Amino acid sequence: MSNASSAPSHATVLPNGWEMVIGLEVHVELDTKTKLFSASPNHFGDEPNTNIDPVTLGLPGALPVINRRAVELAIRLGLALNCTVQASTFHRKNYFYQDLAKAYQITQYDQPINIDGFMMLPGDVRIGIERAHLEEDTGKSTHFGGTSGRIHGSDYSLVDFNRAGVPLVEIVSRPDIRNADQARQYVSELRSILLAVGASDAKMEEGSMRCDVNVSVRKAGEPFGTRCEIKNVNSIRAVGKAIDYEARRQVDVLESGGTIRQETRHWDDAEGRTHTLRVKEDADDYRYFLEPDLVLLDPGTEWVESIRASLPMLPAARRARLSQLTGADKESEAVYVIVERGQDDFVQLVADAGGEPARALVYVQQAFSEAGANPVVPAKDLAALTLLERDAKVTATQAKTILAEIVANGGGDAVAIAAAKGFEALDTSAVEAMVDAAIAAQPDAWAKYCAGEEKAMGALVGAIMKSSQGKADGKVVTALLQKKRG
Amino acid sequence: MSPSSDAKTTPKITAQVVAKVAHLARLDLTEAELALMTTQLTGMLDHFGDIDKLDLSAVAPMAQPFPIKNVYREDVVVPGLDRQEVLDNAPAPQDGRFRVPPSNGSES
Repeated sequence: MSNASSAPSHATVLPNGWEMVIGLEVHVELDTKTKLFSASPNHFGDEPNTNIDPVTLGLPGALPVINRRAVELAIRLGLALNCTVQASTFHRKNYFYQDLAKAYQITQYDQPINIDGFMMLPGDVRIGIERAHLEEDTGKSTHFGGTSGRIHGSDYSLVDFNRAGVPLVEIVSRPDIRNADQARQYVSELRSILLAVGASDAKMEEGSMRCDVNVSVRKAGEPFGTRCEIKNVNSIRAVGKAIDYEARRQVDVLESGGTIRQETRHWDDAEGRTHTLRVKEDADDYRYFLEPDLVLLDPGTEWVESIRASLPMLPAARRARLSQLTGADKESEAVYVIVERGQDDFVQLVADAGGEPARALVYVQQAFSEAGANPVVPAKDLAALTLLERDAKVTATQAKTILAEIVANGGGDAVAIAAAKGFEALDTSAVEAMVDAAIAAQPDAWAKYCAGEEKAMGALVGAIMKSSQGKADGKVVTALLQKKRG
Repeated sequence: MSPSSDAKTTPKITAQVVAKVAHLARLDLTEAELALMTTQLTGMLDHFGDIDKLDLSAVAPMAQPFPIKNVYREDVVVPGLDRQEVLDNAPAPQDGRFRVPPSNGSES
C-alpha cells in the first residue's frame, strides 16, 4: 500500500524508485493537576524546583502511587486512537543523566496500557498505532559554557525537576507513513484528538507535545532499511522538513555505496539539517525490569466502557457531519479549519436558524479568526445574510462587507446594513447591458477571449465591475461572458 | 514430562557480561571483584535454572507477588518540599537549580 503516489508534491523529494518509511513516536504531557506518581503540581512555567517532593527527587524510601486521573486520560486517548485497553505493568528503564534523579525512568515496557490502534488520514490512509503507554517525564537540564550552549563541550548544567514525574503518554505509530505530508497530517490529527478528548493541551512550542521521527528509505517493494531516529523536531512544519532532509540524506549515502548506521540524529531547524547525536544503544542496555514499587494496573471492562461512553464526538466524525451539512468535501481546508477551531456547532446553529449551510461555512471561516474561536454573533444574523446572498440581493463582495460589519458590532440586521450602504445586486438585464458595453469598448480583448484566451476575460470583467461600481455579481458577469462566447 | 528446561537455556554469566553490566551501572570493579561477582551471579542464575525445571504451565505469569492491584492516588495537589531546604542540601545550588557537572551523553 504505497501512498507515495497519492502525494505528487513529494514524489520529487527522492529519486525514482526510492520510498520513505516513517514511524513517529509522540510524547504528550497529560493535562492533570499533579504528577504521575506524586502529588506535586503538574504545571508548566513555574519557578525552577518549586514543584518537587521526595518521589520527584528520587529520595531514599520515597514510593510512587499512580494518579487515577492520568490513567483515565491515557485510556481516553487510547480509545480515541482505536486501541485495545489492557491490564498493564510498569518497568524501570535504567540510565544515568542529570535530569533523572532516580537514575531510572518508570515506563511501560512489554505490557502497555493501550495497544493495536489506528488513525485514518485523508485519502483513507490507515496508520497503525502500535501502543500508547504511560510513563513519567524527566527534569530539564540547561547547559552552560562551551561555545554552542549545547551539551557537548559545556562546562556545567543546571537542573530543574519541576517537569520530572509529569505524566506522559508515548504514542508509537507503526512504520506505515510514506511521506512528509502524511507525517504532518498524522501529527496534526493527533493534536486535534488530544484536544478533543481533553488529554493534553498539546502545545509543541511549550513541549507538552514532542515528536521523535524514525526515518528509513528503501527501494519500493524491498525490506525495511536501517532507520535513524530524529529528535528535537518541535513543530509540525519541522516534522515535514526533517523527514525530507533525512530521507534525501540516506538515499545519497546509499547511492554513493555507503551504509546507514542506526543512530539518533538531532534536527537543527535553523540550519535545516540533521546531524549525529549518538549511536543507538541496544534496547537491553537500559536493563528494563519490573518496577517493584507499583502493583498491576488493571482498569477493568466497566471503567473502560464508562470512559468510552463519555468520549466526545471526535474530529473525523465532526468533519463528516459538517461535510454532510454543507456539501463541502470532508477533506477540504474549510471543513478542517472549522472543526479544528471548534466552530462546526456554530455553522449548525446558522443552518438551524434557516441559513444556507454552504455559505454559513464560508462566512464562519472568513469572519472568525482562530483567536475568536467562539463566534459571539447571533446565528440568525448570519443566517439572514446567507439568504440575501443566495437570492442574489447582494453580491459576494457586498456580503463580505456586511459580514465584517455584523462581526465588528457583535450582530446586526443584514437587510438594514445592505440598505444603509446602498448595496443591491444589479438585475441580470442591467448587467447584460454593461457586458455588451464592455465588449464594444474592448473589441481586441473580446476577440482574444473568443479565440480561447481565458486570461483576456479579466480585462472585460474588470471594466464591468468598475462601471457597476461593484454592484455587479462577478459570478453573473463571468457566466454572461461565457454564454455570449457560446 | 520434563518441562521447559531444555527449551530455555539460562544465559551464561561470563566475566565479560559482568564487566558490561558494571559499566552500565557505572561501577568500577577490580579484577578480583569481577571474578567474585561472576561466581556469585552464576550461582543466582543457577537457582533460577532450578525454577525453570518445574512444570509451571498451570501458573499464570505474575508481575508482583502481592495479591493487590489498582492502588490509585486522586489527582489532588499536596504541598511538597521547600526549595530552599532542598537546595541547602545540594552540593552546588545555583539560581534555584542544581548545578551539576556536564554529561557526555543525553537522553529524553
